[in-house]
Amino acid sequence: MKARVFVTLKNGVLDPQGAAIGTALAGMGFDGVGTVRQGKVFEIEMTGSDREAAAEQLDAMCRRLLANTVIEDYSVELD
Amino acid sequence: MKTAVIVFPGSNCDRDMAVALRDATGAAPAMVWHKDSRLPEGLDLIAVPGGFSFGDYLRCGAIAAQSPIMREVVAFADRGGHVLGVCNGFQVLIETGLLPGVLMRNATLKFVCRDVPLRVEEAQSVFTRGYATGQEIVLPVAHHDGCYIADNDTLARLEGDHRVAFRYRDAVNGSTNDIAGVLSENRRVLGMMPHPERAVDARTLGTDGAPLFRSIADNMVEA
Repeated sequence: MKARVFVTLKNGVLDPQGAAIGTALAGMGFDGVGTVRQGKVFEIEMTGSDREAAAEQLDAMCRRLLANTVIEDYSVELD
Repeated sequence: MKTAVIVFPGSNCDRDMAVALRDATGAAPAMVWHKDSRLPEGLDLIAVPGGFSFGDYLRCGAIAAQSPIMREVVAFADRGGHVLGVCNGFQVLIETGLLPGVLMRNATLKFVCRDVPLRVEEAQSVFTRGYATGQEIVLPVAHHDGCYIADNDTLARLEGDHRVAFRYRDAVNGSTNDIAGVLSENRRVLGMMPHPERAVDARTLGTDGAPLFRSIADNMVEA
Protein backbone atom coordinates (compact mmCIF):
# COMPACT_ATOMS: atom_id res chain seq x y z
CA MET A 1 0.00 0.00 0.00
CA LYS A 2 1.14 3.47 -0.77
CA ALA A 3 0.13 6.45 1.28
CA ARG A 4 0.41 10.12 0.51
CA VAL A 5 0.42 12.46 3.45
CA PHE A 6 -0.23 16.17 2.91
CA VAL A 7 0.86 18.62 5.58
CA THR A 8 -0.29 22.20 5.16
CA LEU A 9 -0.23 25.32 7.28
CA LYS A 10 -3.44 26.09 9.10
CA ASN A 11 -5.46 29.06 7.94
CA GLY A 12 -4.30 32.22 9.62
CA VAL A 13 -0.71 31.04 10.14
CA LEU A 14 1.63 33.42 8.36
CA ASP A 15 3.61 31.77 5.57
CA PRO A 16 6.47 34.06 4.49
CA GLN A 17 7.85 31.38 2.15
CA GLY A 18 4.53 31.00 0.37
CA ALA A 19 4.25 34.79 0.12
CA ALA A 20 7.75 35.02 -1.41
CA ILE A 21 6.86 32.32 -3.94
CA GLY A 22 3.68 34.22 -4.82
CA THR A 23 5.66 37.40 -5.35
CA ALA A 24 8.14 35.53 -7.56
CA LEU A 25 5.33 34.04 -9.65
CA ALA A 26 3.81 37.48 -10.15
CA GLY A 27 7.27 38.82 -11.07
CA MET A 28 7.59 36.09 -13.73
CA GLY A 29 4.45 37.39 -15.38
CA PHE A 30 1.94 34.83 -14.12
CA ASP A 31 -1.08 37.00 -13.58
CA GLY A 32 -4.13 35.78 -11.76
CA VAL A 33 -2.13 34.24 -8.89
CA GLY A 34 -3.75 34.85 -5.52
CA THR A 35 -2.44 33.61 -2.20
CA VAL A 36 0.27 30.90 -2.30
CA ARG A 37 0.75 28.53 0.64
CA GLN A 38 3.68 26.12 0.88
CA GLY A 39 3.27 22.64 2.34
CA LYS A 40 4.81 19.17 2.37
CA VAL A 41 3.94 15.83 0.77
CA PHE A 42 5.22 12.49 2.14
CA GLU A 43 5.00 9.28 0.11
CA ILE A 44 5.04 6.39 2.53
CA GLU A 45 5.02 2.72 1.61
CA MET A 46 3.02 0.67 4.10
CA THR A 47 4.14 -2.93 4.08
CA GLY A 48 1.13 -4.48 5.87
CA SER A 49 -2.13 -5.44 4.16
CA ASP A 50 -4.65 -4.23 6.75
CA ARG A 51 -5.94 -0.90 5.43
CA GLU A 52 -7.65 0.10 8.64
CA ALA A 53 -4.55 -0.56 10.72
CA ALA A 54 -2.44 1.36 8.20
CA ALA A 55 -4.79 4.34 8.31
CA GLU A 56 -4.64 4.34 12.09
CA GLN A 57 -0.86 4.18 12.06
CA LEU A 58 -0.59 7.00 9.53
CA ASP A 59 -2.81 9.19 11.63
CA ALA A 60 -0.59 8.58 14.66
CA MET A 61 2.52 9.33 12.55
CA CYS A 62 1.02 12.66 11.53
CA ARG A 63 0.10 13.63 15.07
CA ARG A 64 3.41 12.59 16.60
CA LEU A 65 5.97 13.51 13.96
CA LEU A 66 4.97 14.47 10.43
CA ALA A 67 2.86 17.50 11.36
CA ASN A 68 3.16 20.04 14.11
CA THR A 69 -0.52 20.31 14.87
CA VAL A 70 -0.08 23.67 16.58
CA ILE A 71 0.33 25.24 13.14
CA GLU A 72 -0.27 22.49 10.59
CA ASP A 73 -3.19 20.41 9.30
CA TYR A 74 -2.73 17.03 7.67
CA SER A 75 -4.62 14.68 5.38
CA VAL A 76 -3.84 11.13 4.28
CA GLU A 77 -4.59 9.34 0.98
CA LEU A 78 -4.22 5.56 0.97
CA ASP A 79 -4.11 3.68 -2.36
CA MET B 1 26.35 20.67 41.01
CA LYS B 2 25.96 18.17 38.22
CA THR B 3 25.02 19.16 34.69
CA ALA B 4 24.71 17.44 31.31
CA VAL B 5 24.75 18.59 27.70
CA ILE B 6 22.79 16.54 25.15
CA VAL B 7 24.64 15.98 21.86
CA PHE B 8 22.83 15.25 18.59
CA PRO B 9 24.32 14.67 15.17
CA GLY B 10 24.53 18.26 13.91
CA SER B 11 24.85 19.94 17.32
CA ASN B 12 27.52 22.63 17.06
CA CYS B 13 27.22 24.66 20.26
CA ASP B 14 27.62 21.69 22.60
CA ARG B 15 31.24 22.44 23.45
CA ASP B 16 30.59 26.17 23.98
CA MET B 17 27.76 25.19 26.30
CA ALA B 18 30.04 22.76 28.13
CA VAL B 19 32.72 25.44 28.65
CA ALA B 20 30.15 27.97 29.91
CA LEU B 21 28.69 25.44 32.36
CA ARG B 22 32.12 24.25 33.49
CA ASP B 23 33.38 27.78 34.14
CA ALA B 24 30.27 28.72 36.10
CA THR B 25 29.78 25.54 38.11
CA GLY B 26 33.38 24.40 38.51
CA ALA B 27 32.63 20.95 37.09
CA ALA B 28 32.62 19.74 33.51
CA PRO B 29 29.15 18.61 32.38
CA ALA B 30 28.48 15.07 31.22
CA MET B 31 28.19 14.97 27.43
CA VAL B 32 25.25 12.68 26.65
CA TRP B 33 24.79 11.21 23.17
CA HIS B 34 21.27 11.26 21.74
CA LYS B 35 21.09 7.48 21.40
CA ASP B 36 21.76 6.94 25.09
CA SER B 37 18.62 5.87 26.86
CA ARG B 38 19.78 6.73 30.39
CA LEU B 39 20.78 10.05 31.93
CA PRO B 40 23.62 10.20 34.46
CA GLU B 41 22.40 9.96 38.07
CA GLY B 42 21.82 13.03 40.21
CA LEU B 43 21.66 15.73 37.54
CA ASP B 44 20.68 19.27 38.54
CA LEU B 45 20.45 20.73 35.04
CA ILE B 46 20.34 19.52 31.44
CA ALA B 47 21.30 21.80 28.56
CA VAL B 48 20.08 21.19 25.01
CA PRO B 49 22.54 23.07 22.79
CA GLY B 50 22.30 24.89 19.50
CA GLY B 51 23.18 23.56 16.07
CA PHE B 52 21.37 21.83 13.26
CA SER B 53 20.32 18.53 14.79
CA PHE B 54 19.55 15.98 12.07
CA GLY B 55 20.15 18.66 9.44
CA ASP B 56 16.93 20.48 10.39
CA TYR B 57 15.08 17.79 8.41
CA LEU B 58 11.28 17.84 8.53
CA ARG B 59 11.10 20.76 11.01
CA CYS B 60 13.90 22.17 13.13
CA GLY B 61 14.21 19.99 16.24
CA ALA B 62 11.44 17.56 15.24
CA ILE B 63 13.63 14.48 14.74
CA ALA B 64 15.83 15.22 17.75
CA ALA B 65 12.71 15.55 19.91
CA GLN B 66 11.93 11.89 19.14
CA SER B 67 15.38 10.58 20.05
CA PRO B 68 15.67 8.10 22.96
CA ILE B 69 17.43 10.53 25.30
CA MET B 70 14.77 13.23 24.89
CA ARG B 71 12.19 10.91 26.43
CA GLU B 72 14.43 10.89 29.51
CA VAL B 73 14.88 14.67 29.37
CA VAL B 74 11.10 15.15 29.28
CA ALA B 75 10.72 12.77 32.25
CA PHE B 76 13.46 14.71 34.08
CA ALA B 77 11.61 17.99 33.46
CA ASP B 78 8.31 16.41 34.52
CA ARG B 79 9.97 15.47 37.83
CA GLY B 80 10.84 19.15 38.32
CA GLY B 81 14.34 19.09 36.81
CA HIS B 82 15.90 22.20 35.28
CA VAL B 83 16.38 22.27 31.50
CA LEU B 84 17.95 25.00 29.34
CA GLY B 85 17.46 24.95 25.56
CA VAL B 86 19.32 27.41 23.36
CA CYS B 87 18.56 28.05 19.68
CA ASN B 88 18.14 24.58 18.13
CA GLY B 89 17.81 23.37 21.73
CA PHE B 90 14.81 25.72 22.13
CA GLN B 91 13.34 24.28 18.92
CA VAL B 92 13.85 20.75 20.28
CA LEU B 93 12.16 21.61 23.61
CA ILE B 94 9.20 23.08 21.75
CA GLU B 95 8.89 19.95 19.59
CA THR B 96 8.84 17.78 22.74
CA GLY B 97 6.02 19.90 24.13
CA LEU B 98 8.00 21.04 27.19
CA LEU B 99 7.52 24.64 26.03
CA PRO B 100 4.50 26.08 24.20
CA GLY B 101 4.33 27.72 20.78
CA VAL B 102 6.25 27.19 17.54
CA LEU B 103 9.44 28.59 16.00
CA MET B 104 8.88 29.27 12.31
CA ARG B 105 11.05 30.50 9.45
CA ASN B 106 12.20 34.09 10.09
CA ALA B 107 9.73 36.57 8.65
CA THR B 108 12.51 38.08 6.53
CA LEU B 109 13.34 34.56 5.21
CA LYS B 110 16.99 35.42 5.97
CA PHE B 111 19.36 33.67 8.36
CA VAL B 112 20.18 36.26 11.05
CA CYS B 113 23.64 36.13 12.56
CA ARG B 114 24.56 39.15 14.67
CA ASP B 115 24.61 40.60 18.15
CA VAL B 116 21.19 41.86 19.20
CA PRO B 117 20.01 43.94 22.14
CA LEU B 118 17.57 42.15 24.43
CA ARG B 119 15.53 43.13 27.43
CA VAL B 120 15.51 40.80 30.41
CA GLU B 121 11.78 40.66 31.06
CA GLU B 122 11.80 38.39 34.03
CA ALA B 123 14.51 38.02 36.65
CA GLN B 124 12.41 35.60 38.73
CA SER B 125 13.85 32.29 37.61
CA VAL B 126 16.88 30.19 38.40
CA PHE B 127 18.23 31.18 34.99
CA THR B 128 17.73 34.93 35.13
CA ARG B 129 18.26 35.92 38.77
CA GLY B 130 21.68 37.25 37.84
CA TYR B 131 20.00 40.01 35.84
CA ALA B 132 17.61 42.78 36.84
CA THR B 133 14.13 42.81 35.35
CA GLY B 134 14.18 45.39 32.57
CA GLN B 135 17.97 45.21 32.15
CA GLU B 136 19.21 45.53 28.58
CA ILE B 137 21.86 43.04 27.46
CA VAL B 138 23.46 42.07 24.15
CA LEU B 139 23.69 38.46 22.99
CA PRO B 140 24.46 36.92 19.60
CA VAL B 141 21.73 35.24 17.56
CA ALA B 142 22.34 32.83 14.67
CA HIS B 143 19.22 31.22 13.29
CA HIS B 144 16.92 30.79 10.31
CA ASP B 145 13.86 29.60 12.19
CA GLY B 146 13.37 31.79 15.23
CA CYS B 147 10.04 33.45 14.59
CA TYR B 148 8.09 32.65 17.75
CA ILE B 149 4.38 32.07 17.19
CA ALA B 150 1.70 30.98 19.64
CA ASP B 151 -2.07 31.21 19.75
CA ASN B 152 -3.64 34.15 21.57
CA ASP B 153 -4.55 32.16 24.68
CA THR B 154 -0.99 30.87 25.04
CA LEU B 155 0.43 34.36 24.51
CA ALA B 156 -1.90 35.82 27.10
CA ARG B 157 -0.86 33.11 29.56
CA LEU B 158 2.86 33.62 28.87
CA GLU B 159 2.62 37.38 29.29
CA GLY B 160 0.21 37.25 32.23
CA ASP B 161 2.31 34.73 34.18
CA HIS B 162 5.57 36.59 33.44
CA ARG B 163 6.98 33.67 31.50
CA VAL B 164 8.56 35.76 28.73
CA ALA B 165 12.15 35.72 29.98
CA PHE B 166 13.79 37.71 27.18
CA ARG B 167 12.46 40.06 24.50
CA TYR B 168 14.24 41.48 21.44
CA ARG B 169 14.54 45.26 21.75
CA ASP B 170 14.15 45.59 17.96
CA ALA B 171 12.41 43.27 15.52
CA VAL B 172 14.83 40.44 14.64
CA ASN B 173 12.86 37.59 13.11
CA GLY B 174 9.18 38.49 13.22
CA SER B 175 8.48 36.88 16.60
CA THR B 176 5.12 37.74 18.14
CA ASN B 177 5.63 40.37 20.86
CA ASP B 178 9.36 40.17 20.03
CA ILE B 179 9.60 37.09 22.27
CA ALA B 180 13.17 35.74 22.43
CA GLY B 181 12.91 33.30 25.34
CA VAL B 182 10.14 31.65 27.38
CA LEU B 183 9.86 29.81 30.69
CA SER B 184 7.76 26.73 31.43
CA GLU B 185 4.85 26.92 33.82
CA ASN B 186 7.03 25.76 36.75
CA ARG B 187 9.78 28.20 35.59
CA ARG B 188 12.34 25.39 35.52
CA VAL B 189 12.57 25.03 31.74
CA LEU B 190 13.94 27.95 29.72
CA GLY B 191 14.11 28.06 25.93
CA MET B 192 15.75 30.99 24.13
CA MET B 193 16.96 31.75 20.61
CA PRO B 194 19.92 34.03 21.55
CA HIS B 195 23.16 32.33 22.59
CA PRO B 196 24.27 33.12 26.17
CA GLU B 197 27.02 30.47 25.92
CA ARG B 198 28.66 32.49 23.15
CA ALA B 199 28.96 35.53 25.41
CA VAL B 200 30.77 34.38 28.54
CA ASP B 201 34.37 35.37 27.79
CA ALA B 202 35.67 38.90 27.18
CA ARG B 203 38.20 37.45 24.71
CA THR B 204 35.38 36.48 22.36
CA LEU B 205 33.41 39.73 22.67
CA GLY B 206 30.76 40.31 25.28
CA THR B 207 30.05 38.69 28.61
CA ASP B 208 26.33 39.37 28.93
CA GLY B 209 25.62 35.64 28.87
CA ALA B 210 27.78 34.94 31.91
CA PRO B 211 25.21 36.04 34.55
CA LEU B 212 22.83 33.37 33.24
CA PHE B 213 25.31 30.59 33.97
CA ARG B 214 26.41 32.14 37.27
CA SER B 215 22.76 32.40 38.21
CA ILE B 216 22.27 28.70 37.47
CA ALA B 217 25.32 27.81 39.56
CA ASP B 218 24.41 30.05 42.51
CA ASN B 219 20.73 29.24 42.69
CA MET B 220 21.08 25.50 42.22
CA VAL B 221 23.43 25.34 45.20
CA GLU B 222 20.82 27.05 47.33
CA ALA B 223 17.99 24.85 46.07
